[in-house]
Amino acid sequence: MTRALRWVRPEDAVTGALLVVFVVATSFVNPAFASVGTLFDLARGTIVPGILAIGVLVVLVSGGLDVSFTAIAVLAMYGAVKVVMAVGLGDHVIFVFAIAMMIGAALGALNGFLIGTLRLPSLIVTLGTLSAYRGFLLTFVGTTVIPTLPPAMRTLARANILTWQSSDGSTESLPALFLVLLAVIAVAALLLNATTLGRSIYAMGGSATAAERIGLRVRSLHIMVYSLVGVTAGVAGTIHAVMNRVANPFDLVGLELTVIAAVVLGGARIEGGHGSVLGTALGVTLVSVMNNTLIMWGVPSTWQNVVLGLLILLGTGIAAARSHRMDLA
Amino acid sequence: MQETKVITVPSEPQAGPSAVWTRRWVGTLHSNLIWLCLVDLLMCAGMTAGAPSLFWSAANFNSMAVQFPGYGILALAMVLPMITGGIDLSIIGLSNLAAIIAAFVMQSLAGPAASGVSVFLVVALAVATALAAGALAGALNAFVISRIGVSPILATLGTGLVFSGLAIAMTNGTAIFGFPQAFTWIGDGQVIGLPAPVVVFALIALALSLTLSRTAFGARAYLLGTNAVAARYAGIDVRKVILRTYVTSALCAVAAGLIISARANSAKADYGAAYLLLAILICVLGGVSPVGGSGRIVGVVLAVVTLQIMSTSLNLLGVSNFAAELVWGAVLIFTMAVSRVERGKQ
Repeated sequence: MTRALRWVRPEDAVTGALLVVFVVATSFVNPAFASVGTLFDLARGTIVPGILAIGVLVVLVSGGLDVSFTAIAVLAMYGAVKVVMAVGLGDHVIFVFAIAMMIGAALGALNGFLIGTLRLPSLIVTLGTLSAYRGFLLTFVGTTVIPTLPPAMRTLARANILTWQSSDGSTESLPALFLVLLAVIAVAALLLNATTLGRSIYAMGGSATAAERIGLRVRSLHIMVYSLVGVTAGVAGTIHAVMNRVANPFDLVGLELTVIAAVVLGGARIEGGHGSVLGTALGVTLVSVMNNTLIMWGVPSTWQNVVLGLLILLGTGIAAARSHRMDLA
Repeated sequence: MQETKVITVPSEPQAGPSAVWTRRWVGTLHSNLIWLCLVDLLMCAGMTAGAPSLFWSAANFNSMAVQFPGYGILALAMVLPMITGGIDLSIIGLSNLAAIIAAFVMQSLAGPAASGVSVFLVVALAVATALAAGALAGALNAFVISRIGVSPILATLGTGLVFSGLAIAMTNGTAIFGFPQAFTWIGDGQVIGLPAPVVVFALIALALSLTLSRTAFGARAYLLGTNAVAARYAGIDVRKVILRTYVTSALCAVAAGLIISARANSAKADYGAAYLLLAILICVLGGVSPVGGSGRIVGVVLAVVTLQIMSTSLNLLGVSNFAAELVWGAVLIFTMAVSRVERGKQ
């Protein structure tokens, strides 16, 4: 019973139910919605935000907030592509990912050091590094779009795990990169639920003081958490470039609040200590479904931000009201 | 930090009025203000050596005076929420929405070429509508934060998306341009020899400064930011303080939006996206504590001036805007790290 509760928490059930209602209702409004093509489109659209969201989940669980991950993602991606092209390792896609992950980890570790060791508020630190990392990228690394990626990245862009011949003759495909999202989700779920590190992150998010008293090394935990965010950002940035088939240094930055919104919708609390991988996956899917279906509901797509904002207020409002009730009880 | 001193000063009866006065000024000239003054002097000295004819020119000072009030007022909008231990991430969305609302009112009642008394009434109505919408938006923020209990970051993140979303939905993301001259005067007019936006900035700064230092509301705001639990047990009506805080913040954001759109003679949903970071940066630079409880308007005004001199200098030296982004981020973190290390010593 407790085990089942740990995997499917009430918040996740609410998000999941909302998602199911949304999908079923949309399918009634527009039968064309319920198709393999739509499913593959949605899956493709959730790869990059999904990986970014997992990073954000880890940092929210730890009791912090990171808004610099988009800048890390684009700097790691662009830097890795440049390095790989300069040294001629373009035949091995693994190098691109490895370099991007290392750049991401280093930039994240700097965030973690500033937040954990100097004890500065995470929102303000990462607002600063968001600006600084992007400024560094555009001042010293480059401002030009790289139109032709290394051959291995182009091959990866074409790789599919599933193709589907729909009744009207068009072919729908699910990119192999979706496996990366699944892998990131699986690793994050294991890390957060089944390792000492993961439980320490929850403990720190619940109360940093208490975590310190029971002997957790809060400083290195901070560096660990923000490095993990950096690593996921590096992976997401690289995948973004692969999927768009160009490396654009002006991409991604500006997405941060939407990703955080999806994670919060998935039940993670900004006060720390709460949040699950399942909830985050549901939150990202919900935002993606919503963005793709507003038109079918007759709502112009220009209303996207309004609906997303209202969803956040609704989601956080319900959570706040519930925890308020629990405080009183 | 200084603020707690100001609160305790009157409780020391042995200190004479001159000692209190001196203490106050020492408090005002606390470390990061001295630091800001030094940086200003250094930059001015550097520019005097490097490009005197460009820097010390009427044209340069004019362009600086036109630039800073927009983001300066947005920074002032951020001060009160930060002092109470919160933050207002919705100010950019709101300032654009307000500018678009004002633009709608003006365009439906008067064209850009309209003149006469009626045009003044239309502009006044547009400004009043924008301010009313702002007050409503601020009240919404306060409601979500203090009644529902959502943290200020998430509450204003959500409402900010709603505000900017409404602005996009109203305009389909395009710019509205062409306003009556009576409105663009807010952006390029002169009052007793000073640019109108600078006068608005100065008036708002003065009003906020007096509110914070001379009113019961100001003292309550500091107390709420220092220790919310203590504030509640002290019998302070926390909801009322939050309401006034976020309504004030929203009204400042509206003023900034109107000034920016008057200067540009256009309104658009995504103007000034980078100003959110800038507003927080200015507050932290000016000594407003990111965790609440302390901060003075004088510091924020000084930080606005510092930032304007810095970006003008970088601009005159031919450094790209991207490098300025890098410098701002680095300065923000450096300032916080320095004040953190200093506090650690105490």
